[in-house]
Amino acid sequence: MGLSLENVGVISAGQPVIRDVSLDLVSGSMNVLLGPTLSGKTTLMRLMAGLDRPTSGRILVEGRDVAGIPVRKRSVAMVYQQFVNYPTLSVYENIASPLRVARLGKAEVDERVRKAARLVGLEPLLARLPSQISGGQQQRTAIARAIVKGADIVMLDEPLANLDYKLREELREELPRIFRETGAVLVYATTEPLEALLLGGNTATLSQGRVVEFGPTASVYHDAQLLESARVFSDPPLNEIRIAKHGDQIRAGKTEHLSADGELAGLPDGAYTLAFRADIVRLGQPWQKSIRLAGRVAVAEISGSESFVHVETALGTFVCVEIGVSAAQPDDLVDLFIDASRVFVFDEAGRRAGSRSNR
Amino acid sequence: MHASRLSRVFLIVYLIVLMLPIYWLINMSLKTNTDIVSGLGFYPKHPTFAKYLFILTDPTWQHGFGVSLTFVAINTLISVTVALPAAYAFNRYAFVGDKHLFFWLLSNQMAPAAVYAMPFFNLYYALGLFDTVWAVALAHCVFNVPLAVWILEGFVGGVPREIDETAAIDGYSFPHFFIKIFLPLIANGIGVTAFFCFMFSWVEQLLAMTLTSSHALPIPAVMTQAYALEGMDWSLLAAAGVLTMIPGAIVIWFVRNHIAKGFALGRV
Repeated sequence: MGLSLENVGVISAGQPVIRDVSLDLVSGSMNVLLGPTLSGKTTLMRLMAGLDRPTSGRILVEGRDVAGIPVRKRSVAMVYQQFVNYPTLSVYENIASPLRVARLGKAEVDERVRKAARLVGLEPLLARLPSQISGGQQQRTAIARAIVKGADIVMLDEPLANLDYKLREELREELPRIFRETGAVLVYATTEPLEALLLGGNTATLSQGRVVEFGPTASVYHDAQLLESARVFSDPPLNEIRIAKHGDQIRAGKTEHLSADGELAGLPDGAYTLAFRADIVRLGQPWQKSIRLAGRVAVAEISGSESFVHVETALGTFVCVEIGVSAAQPDDLVDLFIDASRVFVFDEAGRRAGSRSNR
Repeated sequence: MHASRLSRVFLIVYLIVLMLPIYWLINMSLKTNTDIVSGLGFYPKHPTFAKYLFILTDPTWQHGFGVSLTFVAINTLISVTVALPAAYAFNRYAFVGDKHLFFWLLSNQMAPAAVYAMPFFNLYYALGLFDTVWAVALAHCVFNVPLAVWILEGFVGGVPREIDETAAIDGYSFPHFFIKIFLPLIANGIGVTAFFCFMFSWVEQLLAMTLTSSHALPIPAVMTQAYALEGMDWSLLAAAGVLTMIPGAIVIWFVRNHIAKGFALGRV
């Protein structure tokens, strides 16, 4: 059964920070809360942990309302973005802390602490103080403390945001594996679409305190039903064009006419938003069914394995991804080709329209 | 190089100015009264520890030191114990009037001790606390509790809330968390606070003298009596002065590291 939120709302200082959130998180599942800063991820986690109370709605664990149960009586564990450990206790005692409070026997505490320490690679550092180990190791300590408790609900609030690149990749792979075995409801907050995709499981896209869409990560990504959700789940940012369809004619901006191919074919007349991620746009090379736009290269950001090329067109600036180091130079005149069969079309209310919408 | 030599000279001059009165006090305490009144002398011509010996063996002086140390210790203990939960509450919780109450606490410090002398005298007399160490220890709380709350609140604020929350998630009850996790985290602050309470209570004269008469005479009172009864015994007073500095110096020695960190972190 797991953890359920029913129409949960939070009003803080007169402002709604969480609006009518309903979620069902199943035991043993990985759930990603994806959204920009201030979208309500941390607040939502604090509600799930019992650190804060909702203004309205109910939170159920295994079907039972947990409103009156204090945090310390709940079976939850939480890892913060900042590395939070007890500075005066050794790494060992930091990890052992929940077990000590539960008054477990010495031998059992030792066994569980060492097992958790082994999982996160902290074994040689158990005698140190948190101030004597690196940031990554401090975060591993916090994670080990969450593991050792064996809680039913585990919350990880951007746990890797302050870590260096290599460590992030490593832990990102390990974390879901470590917690999957425990059968806990795992909730993972992140601002990065890429992280959500790598973690898999389910994703809830958040925007301004609302859950926009919740479902299996891959389907939320590939088949976003709402424009807001696609925006949250795109990095680089989602490219958008406002279009209007009259019969066979599709107009965008003042002068551009687009071909009614792919997704655009068979749309009823009206105004729409055409949305597409950077990976279905390429320079100079048509797709089977393309939407073509002429433009001028503004910037090419080169990250090594791929390049983000920003192209200025009559309809705005769009980003496309090229594999490897792009040859595009600023001020180059280029043709943009958008894969017409993979674009998203949203109606004026921001809901999916077009031929793929009912998949 | 030039600048550093200049700053060194400046520092040495400053230290001399700072240490001169203390040196002079020690100087006087080792002289005889005849030497003191006979003219300027930078060192004792006939050094003697006679006055120290007298003070350390005389029952009145011994009792005076005992009384002073006792009420100072009681006061420091009460102030810190009472202020800790208050400082935590002021920092962590929002309640109606919290900011006003916090400022009001500080405003207690603004009134001179003389204002409180009369009401305390009357009250303690009625309660039978007059002329006991408790009278002075409790009276000094009027100044020391607000001071302690004020200082400690700054240190409490230096501890991230997430630590409190993590402890709650780990299952700690509040008292358990407060003692096992939280107090060690603000140990520096407690050290600094204890030091300030100690020093205030140790040097405070007016309340200490008003609220005692014979059984619980503190050091300042004994000193006053010393020159009232026997005329000006300069070197005896100087020796007593040196001896009163010693407890303070010992306390500073013990909390010196805490104070250095405390000044860097908190509200001192």
